[in-house]
Amino acid sequence: MTYPLLSVEALTMRFGGLTAVDALSFEARAGEITAVIGPNGAGKTTVFNCITGFYKPSEGALRLTHAGGATYPLASMPGHLITRRAQVARTFQNIRLFAGMTVLENLLVAQHNTLMPSVANGLLAVFGLAGHRRAERAAIDKAKLWMDAIGLTDRADDPAGSLPYGDQRRLEIARAMCTDPVLLCLDEPAAGLNPRESDDLSSLLLRIRDGRDVAGRCSLLLIEHDMGVVMRISDHVVVLDHGRKISDGTPEQVRADPHVIAAYLGEGDEGDDAAAEAVL
Amino acid sequence: MLRDAVISAVIAFGLFGAMIGLKTEVGVQTIELTPRPYLVLAAVLLVFFGRLALLAWKKSRPTGTPKPGRIAAVAGKASRYLTPVVLVLTITLPFYAERYYVDLGVLVLTYVMLGWGLNIVVGLAGLLDLGYVAFYAVGAYSYALIAQNFGLGFWSCLPLAGILAAFWGVLLGFPVLRLRGDYLAIVTLAFGEIIRVVILNWTSLTGGPNGLSGIPRPTLFGLVFNSSGGEGSFADFFGIEPNISQRGIFLFYVILGLALLTNWVSLRLRRLPLGRAWEALREDEIACRALGIDVTVTKLTAFAMGAGFAGFAGAFFATRQAFISPESFTFIESAIVLAIVVLGGLGSQIGVALAAVVMIGGGELFRDFQEYRMLIFGGALVVMMVVRPRGLVSGRTPSVSLGDKRHISADLMTEGHG
Repeated sequence: MTYPLLSVEALTMRFGGLTAVDALSFEARAGEITAVIGPNGAGKTTVFNCITGFYKPSEGALRLTHAGGATYPLASMPGHLITRRAQVARTFQNIRLFAGMTVLENLLVAQHNTLMPSVANGLLAVFGLAGHRRAERAAIDKAKLWMDAIGLTDRADDPAGSLPYGDQRRLEIARAMCTDPVLLCLDEPAAGLNPRESDDLSSLLLRIRDGRDVAGRCSLLLIEHDMGVVMRISDHVVVLDHGRKISDGTPEQVRADPHVIAAYLGEGDEGDDAAAEAVL
Repeated sequence: MLRDAVISAVIAFGLFGAMIGLKTEVGVQTIELTPRPYLVLAAVLLVFFGRLALLAWKKSRPTGTPKPGRIAAVAGKASRYLTPVVLVLTITLPFYAERYYVDLGVLVLTYVMLGWGLNIVVGLAGLLDLGYVAFYAVGAYSYALIAQNFGLGFWSCLPLAGILAAFWGVLLGFPVLRLRGDYLAIVTLAFGEIIRVVILNWTSLTGGPNGLSGIPRPTLFGLVFNSSGGEGSFADFFGIEPNISQRGIFLFYVILGLALLTNWVSLRLRRLPLGRAWEALREDEIACRALGIDVTVTKLTAFAMGAGFAGFAGAFFATRQAFISPESFTFIESAIVLAIVVLGGLGSQIGVALAAVVMIGGGELFRDFQEYRMLIFGGALVVMMVVRPRGLVSGRTPSVSLGDKRHISADLMTEGHG
C-alpha cells in the first residue's frame, strides 16, 4: 500500500536576504525510497533540517501522515517530538555518533523514549521500580537485531569512535532505526565510502525499505551525490537547483530531463549532453 | 633547547624583577624600596635550569606517548581493588584515628560529596557549572531557617533542603539552557554570586553578614549528643561516659552515609536511561535531539540532581558548624569543588574521592606552611594538567555490555560543550 507519507507544500526557507529553499513542493510516498539530489548549495540539507525540526521554515507546510491516518504538521512541532511522535528519524552528513559510548550504548540511547517514558519513571528506576529491567532487556534484544543487520555484533562493546568510517555510517543508520521511524532521512549516507561499502549500504537501504532481514522497515528520504547509489535504489527522485525543484520523477525520467543536465553541467552545446549522460 | 630555556628565564625576570626584586619597607613617614638583586638572580636561574631539565627529561623519554588506553585500563583495574580498601579504611577511621583526623575526615567527605554531586552535572552531562556553591548555600540556609522558624529537626529538614536546592537548580536551569560552554560558565558563576549577595543583604531573614547561629545539631533517633550527658542524651541512653568526640564520630558517619548515597544514586543513574541520556548529551547534543530526546528536560534533571546533593551537603554543613554566614559560600568554594572534579577525572567516582582527599586533606596538613599553601596548590594543579590532562582517573566504563566491560579511553570522549 502506498500513499503520500510526507508532503512538502510550498516550503520556503530564508536566511536574511538569502532564499535557500524557494516554494518547494514534493511528496515522498510510503514504502518508497525518495532521493533529493542537486548540485552543491541547492538547498538539500536545508530541506532536511526543516523536515526534522532543526530549522523552522519561513513559509509553507510539511505534513506527515501515518498509516493509521494521523497527520503531523512538522513545521510547527518541537524538534524532539518530530522524532518521538511523528516518527521521523535522521542521520547527519558529518557522522554524529556518541564516540565515547559503545555501539550497544549508542543503540540504547536511541531507544530512550521507550525506556523512559517520563522523568518520574526515570527517577523511580533508581529504586528498581517502574519495570525497568524488562524494558532494558527488550531494548538490548532490539539493539542486537540491528547489530546483526549491520554486521557489528562482534564490536558491540567497542566505542563507536573507534570503528572504521563505513561501520560508523551503518551504525548511525541503525541508531536512527532504533527510534522506530516511519520515515528515515539520510543526509549523504554514501559520502566517503568505497565502492564495496556503498554497495553494502545500498542493499541495507533496500532491506530497510522492504523490511527484509532487518528489525524494522520504513520509507526513506535521502540526499545523495553518488549517482550510482541514487539511480540504483531510488523509486523517486527530486532534483533541486538554487532552492527550486527543477525535476521530479523516476530515475529514468530524471536522467533524461534536459533541465537536470543543464543544472549539472551548465547550459551548453549539444555535445555536453553526452558528458552529462556519463555523469548521471 | 637552550634558546627555550633562555626565553623562559627572560620571562621569569620580567615577572620576578619587580615582584621579588623590590621590597617595600615602611619607614617613619615614607615607604622605601630595597632592591634584592640576588634573590631575583636565584629565581631566574632556577627557572632557567628547571626548564632545561624539563626539556632534557622530555627528550630522553622514548618518542611517541605510551598507549593512553593501557594506562587508563590499568587505572580502571586498580580502582576496582582500590575502592573496597578505601571504603574499609574510611568506615573504620573513627576506631583508629584521633579526633582531629575524624573532624578532618568530615571535612574531606563533605567535599567528596560535593564533588560527586557536581560530577553529575559536569562529568556526566557535560554542563560547566561555576556556581555550584549557590546550591550548597541554599541547602545550608534552608535547613537553618526551617529549623529555627518551624522547629523541625535535622532529619526532617534534610530532604526539604535537598528539594529546595533542586528547585533552585531547575530555576537556574531554565534561562541557561540555550547557553553552551563559556557562556553557561559565566551565567552559573553570576548565579552563585547573586545567591551570596542576596543572603548577605537580606538581613531581616538571613542575618546578613552576621550569619545564623544556634542551628540545631542532628540527633540519632531523638538522642542528642552533648558533653554534659543528662536525660535523653546518647551517652545517657547507652550508659557511657559523655564525650564530645561522640558527636564528631556521629557526624562522620552521617556525612559518610550521605556521600555514599550520592555515589550510589549517581552510579545507578549512569546505568539507567536517564544517565545514559546525560552522557549522550555530553557527547553530542544535536544527535540527542535527532533521536527524540528532550534535551531541555534532560539538562534540567542533571542540574536538579546535582543541586539536590549540594543541598544535602549544605544542610549537613549547617548542622555541623551550628553557625553559617555568607563567608562560607564564596566563589572559591565552587572553584575548589570544580578543581576536585576536574583533577579526579570527569565522570570518575574514585578519582573525585582521591582528588578531594588530596586537595582538602593535603591543604589541611599544609596548614603550617600557611603562606605557601596557595603556591603548592597552584603548582600541583599545573603539574597535574601537564602530566594527566584528563584527570587522575580518566575514561569511562560502558554502562552496559554484552561481553566483558572494557574501559573506554578518554581520547574518544567529548568533554561536552555546556
